[in-house]
Amino acid sequence: MMKTFKGLVVASLTASSALLASSATADVEIQYWQYYYDARVTAMEQLIEGFEAENPGITVKMTHFPYADYRTKVAAAIPAGEGPDVVQLFYGWLNDYIAADLIQPLPVEAFSPSEIDKDFFPMVQAMKKDGAYYALPTAVRSLALFYNQRLFDEAGITAPPADLDELIEVAKKLTKRDGAGNITQVGITTGMTAQDHHWFREGLIRQFGGTPYNDGYDTVSYNSEAGAAALQYYTDLEKLHGVTASGFMDEPQAAFKAGRAGMHIDGSFRIGSLKAIRGLKWGVAELPAAVDGTQSNYSSYWVNAVTTKAEGEKYEASLKFMSYITSDAAMQIWLDVVGELPAKPSVGLTETNANDPVFGPFIKGLAYAHTTVFANESSQRQVLVDMVARTDIENQPIAESLAIAAEAEQKILNEYYSK
Amino acid sequence: MSIYRNLTIKQKQIVWAWTFLAVPVVFYSVIRFYPTGTAILISFQDWNLLGARTWTGFDNYIKLWNDPVFWKVFRNTFAYLLIGTPVSLVLSFVIAYHLDKVRFMHGFMRMLYFLPFMTSAVAMAWVWRWFYQAVPIGLFNNVLASFGIAQIEFLNSTTNALPAVLAPAVWAGLGFQVIIFMAGIRAIPTSYYEAARIDGVGWWVVLTQITLPLLRPTIVFIVVFSSIGFLRIFDHVFNMTTNNPGGPLNATKPLVLMIYDTAFNSFNMGYAAAQTVVLFTILMCVSLIQLRLLRSS
Repeated sequence: MMKTFKGLVVASLTASSALLASSATADVEIQYWQYYYDARVTAMEQLIEGFEAENPGITVKMTHFPYADYRTKVAAAIPAGEGPDVVQLFYGWLNDYIAADLIQPLPVEAFSPSEIDKDFFPMVQAMKKDGAYYALPTAVRSLALFYNQRLFDEAGITAPPADLDELIEVAKKLTKRDGAGNITQVGITTGMTAQDHHWFREGLIRQFGGTPYNDGYDTVSYNSEAGAAALQYYTDLEKLHGVTASGFMDEPQAAFKAGRAGMHIDGSFRIGSLKAIRGLKWGVAELPAAVDGTQSNYSSYWVNAVTTKAEGEKYEASLKFMSYITSDAAMQIWLDVVGELPAKPSVGLTETNANDPVFGPFIKGLAYAHTTVFANESSQRQVLVDMVARTDIENQPIAESLAIAAEAEQKILNEYYSK
Repeated sequence: MSIYRNLTIKQKQIVWAWTFLAVPVVFYSVIRFYPTGTAILISFQDWNLLGARTWTGFDNYIKLWNDPVFWKVFRNTFAYLLIGTPVSLVLSFVIAYHLDKVRFMHGFMRMLYFLPFMTSAVAMAWVWRWFYQAVPIGLFNNVLASFGIAQIEFLNSTTNALPAVLAPAVWAGLGFQVIIFMAGIRAIPTSYYEAARIDGVGWWVVLTQITLPLLRPTIVFIVVFSSIGFLRIFDHVFNMTTNNPGGPLNATKPLVLMIYDTAFNSFNMGYAAAQTVVLFTILMCVSLIQLRLLRSS
């Protein structure tokens, strides 16, 4: 109601000022679109308020849609001249958006690529094409190990596992079974359908000495000894060590929330929903390193870009807004409100943030995180889900299942990059 | 106006008939035929929702023909149809036949059977999904475990998953079919049964010689209706396997779920449209064949 009222006031002021003083420059209104997620909308409202206070004469109107409709709406609106001037998109969609001429590169004068390279965490470089940045994130996400403090205390475990061998030992102490041998509490949750496929690709494979893809992410390279070792390690958790059951209590995060899982690997976006669970005492640690100390993590992010619809005054205003929402202050707001991590070390690695018991391990993980460039995230995840299912349900040998997966994923990449 | 005045009464009737028909015709064209036509058009194109559509000829269909997942999905879809339809038909007839004879709390019993049909498929699927979970939360497996019987992998299995997903779908549709069957049974004139009783024939003869033949129109309706339902099965499968839609290893994936996945996860609209055209063709063929088979003789 308040918003409609505000909108009305702004609109009438704009209209009257245009009428009374047609020679003076009218106020500029720009549109910002993002998908609907409660905390993100709240954070953006705060940012818009701050921006408008700093830039009188520019109004930002935010529109949000359910995630499911988002891509369709953007695709239909921009060519029709109706859509956003500044738009939020998933980093994996960048190529599609550029190819469809929906977004324009950020001018190098205002957004100097070398400055950005220097100021931001390195993974944002995936947003750079032909010497210019097309989009920039406010916040990024990475993985870490959540653990249940109460179960740790009960099992007499003093610290979360530092490496992958310790992970197994700790998990063994946390696993419980009933009289018939059915598992009733898992040491660590597993499930490629959740975040494990990221942990497997950018975490385990690299920690066992391999690479998931070549540098351009258009060739699968995990069908190797390292890949097989990583898959062996992952499937052994259930089959050899019996410290987990995939699909235990339906979803990994559900088992952890219910206090029936000792450890759980998940993204920083889970913090908010875990905080809401009463009576659950949990902690966060960095992902366990390899036995030789190698650390590796995965990060992903949503970015903001200026659309091709923004021209003239609106283009200028959009650029101002872009630099505001990617500023240090904006990142701190995003961290406090949404719980997503700052995209710049200057904000992320401040004393308070880097040593925060909850955000700290995620932020430290960013330093050694890799961002998978997906051609089709859901299909590529499905390949890994099926890979583990074949070894689990059909008892297929590791090497064979891995080879089938690599071939299937390569097919997806070929199809995408041949266009 | 003078043109209208010069028309014969018959012609005027035709003019008015078409005037009134125009509303549903326009509505139907816009709501049904236009999207269908567009879907067929898109099936010959490449389109990722963003950007322009480009013509690709029969590429999408060729890809579909060579896609092993499609053939797996094709088999699943027909498994849903070929198991689901007869099972639900027989069950609903047996229930309706006996429910018809119940005098005590008849309305209440009928309501009990009808209730699942009114419940949201999503809520139902999630409750059944919980039933099927492993120990410690799954209802069925907890019961088995308390009797010392080994757990059954209901959903995490390539053989059990499809029947496990199908069961709630059959169960949910029963109420509707029972009501239709009961209406059909009630519509049979009692004089036939009285004549049969006077002749002293057994219940079996009454059932096979009177009840079933006279129920033919009802059976035709239910068979066609439930076949279309099973060929288009989606919400039960999607909600019971959201972690791994249509899984494990595509064991439960029906055609509609594959279309959804291709369109809204892979954003491959052309390929999804080609799958839609195939589904449309199958639905049309199955319906036409059934109508013809059950109408003759």
